Amino acid sequence: MGADNMKLTLKIWRQKGNKAKGQFQTYQVDNVSTHMSFLEMLDVLNEKLVSDKQEPVAFEHDCREGICGTCSLVINGYPHGPMQGTTTCQLHMRHFNDGDTITIEPWRSAAFPVVKDLVVNRDAFDRIIQSGGFISVNTGQAQDGNAIPIEKEVANEAMDAATCIGCGACVAACPNASAMLFTAAKVSHLAHMPQGEVEAAQRARRMVEQHDAEGFGRCSNITACEAECPKEISVEHIARLNREYLSSSVGGK
Amino acid sequence: MNTWFVRFITSSIGKKVVMALTGLFLISFLIIHLIGNLQLLSGAGGQAFNEYAYFMTHNPLIKATSYGLYASILLHAIQGILLWIKNRQARGSQGYAVKANRTAGASKASYRMGAIGSIILIFLVIHLIQFWYQTHWGSQIETVDYEGWDQPINDLYALVAFTYTNIWMVVFYVVCMIFVGLHLWHGFESAFQTLGLSHEKWTPLVKIVGRVLSVALAAGFAIIPIWMYLNQ
Ligand code: HEM
Ligand code: SF4
Ligand code: FES
Repeated sequence: MGADNMKLTLKIWRQKGNKAKGQFQTYQVDNVSTHMSFLEMLDVLNEKLVSDKQEPVAFEHDCREGICGTCSLVINGYPHGPMQGTTTCQLHMRHFNDGDTITIEPWRSAAFPVVKDLVVNRDAFDRIIQSGGFISVNTGQAQDGNAIPIEKEVANEAMDAATCIGCGACVAACPNASAMLFTAAKVSHLAHMPQGEVEAAQRARRMVEQHDAEGFGRCSNITACEAECPKEISVEHIARLNREYLSSSVGGK
Repeated sequence: MNTWFVRFITSSIGKKVVMALTGLFLISFLIIHLIGNLQLLSGAGGQAFNEYAYFMTHNPLIKATSYGLYASILLHAIQGILLWIKNRQARGSQGYAVKANRTAGASKASYRMGAIGSIILIFLVIHLIQFWYQTHWGSQIETVDYEGWDQPINDLYALVAFTYTNIWMVVFYVVCMIFVGLHLWHGFESAFQTLGLSHEKWTPLVKIVGRVLSVALAAGFAIIPIWMYLNQ
């Protein structure tokens, strides 16, 4: 089942460049199939725009299977759309109705400047990772996988944190534009693993310092991030980050 | 200078820890404050309340604690307003045209802590001028003689009772207590999360205690002006 002739009205944020003034522009798309993903629906629009000799809408995407974290659209006020636990690329048009008007905006945050239309610059996340989201390993041959035993429960929790794809929906959703959930996921992931121990004392402090320097807001425990995170990362990890930070700052050397 | 301390206290988490610790201290004060104030309901010309007020303003230990309280209020309010401004800046100049406000557990009050806190701050200024300033330096307050006392003491009860003969004062106090309740509805559990005190077993209990406490404090304080107005 499923229709393939939905008609939609799209209100899309258009902005030529970082310094340019943006505004919403309204488009009609016909013949949208319920089986399309949200990005495929935008592909249909862009094909039409190109054949009409108009500038296509710029949006980011890469894997289109929910693992790379590149896609980033605020759809009707929801980062990654109204379905929870889903990236924009995995959102399907069957969740919309014929005749709907859909508002599409970029991530909004002072630390994520708009590059063009719906594309924002998320380099700030890379710099947070560079400041401490890594482990030191000896070069040479890969170690035997079973040489470092890790309890199943601990591995599970580390894995839950590690599923963060660095998309930035947490920042987009947060009224304070705080990137605490992202930072917490990275710190918490490595804090669970013996491999992360070498830098543990410094990691939380460095990453939080970088987080603050990038101009992200301060966490007020609103939990909008967890509600919108496509990987359903829990704010539990923020509490762990706070503990790690306290012990690395107050308890550290 | 102790650089780790400066770095800690100026970091986002350090600032939040200050908010959480001062906030929890203020909550503990509110509990004591309410228990003491419930003596306003005991009638008898307010002797019990006036004697209690005398004790609270003359016991050296309580006086020392009260300086910590003034400092906490200032620190919490200034820090809160600074965080509020900072967070608005982080949002950027271009807002969303459409924004859904979905959360994973926190109440809607969490979105408005800065605004609710600012209302509480305005309330505090008025409240302190009305009673605290009068107790210490005011001219509106009378004194009263009680048996067993060798000097007359302040009749704070009479001042409070007089204030609550005005229905608008009663309304003002009751409305402000609703905001206190909303602030604590989110604030209590939030403070534990900020301090990293989250636990599978204990966090649900913290949430329940926070909600019971915020309703009990708001309702407890609100009953006093209502009761005094009705029994004047
Ligand atoms: C009776 C007085 C007050 C009590 C008991 C109280 C208590 C609390 C508590 C427990 C928190 C949670 C801290 C955390 O999330 O870690 C909080 C947060 C907050 N309070 Fe208060 N507060 C009071 C008055 C005020 C005042 C006067 C302001 C003035 C603006 C204020 C502004 C804030 C703000 C902005 C936050 C949120 C901070 C954040 O999460 O970013 N509060 N309060
Ligand atoms: S925590 Fe969730 S919302 Fe934030 S960057 Fe990671 S995957 Fe995206
Ligand atoms: S395009 Fe990779 S997660 Fe959506």
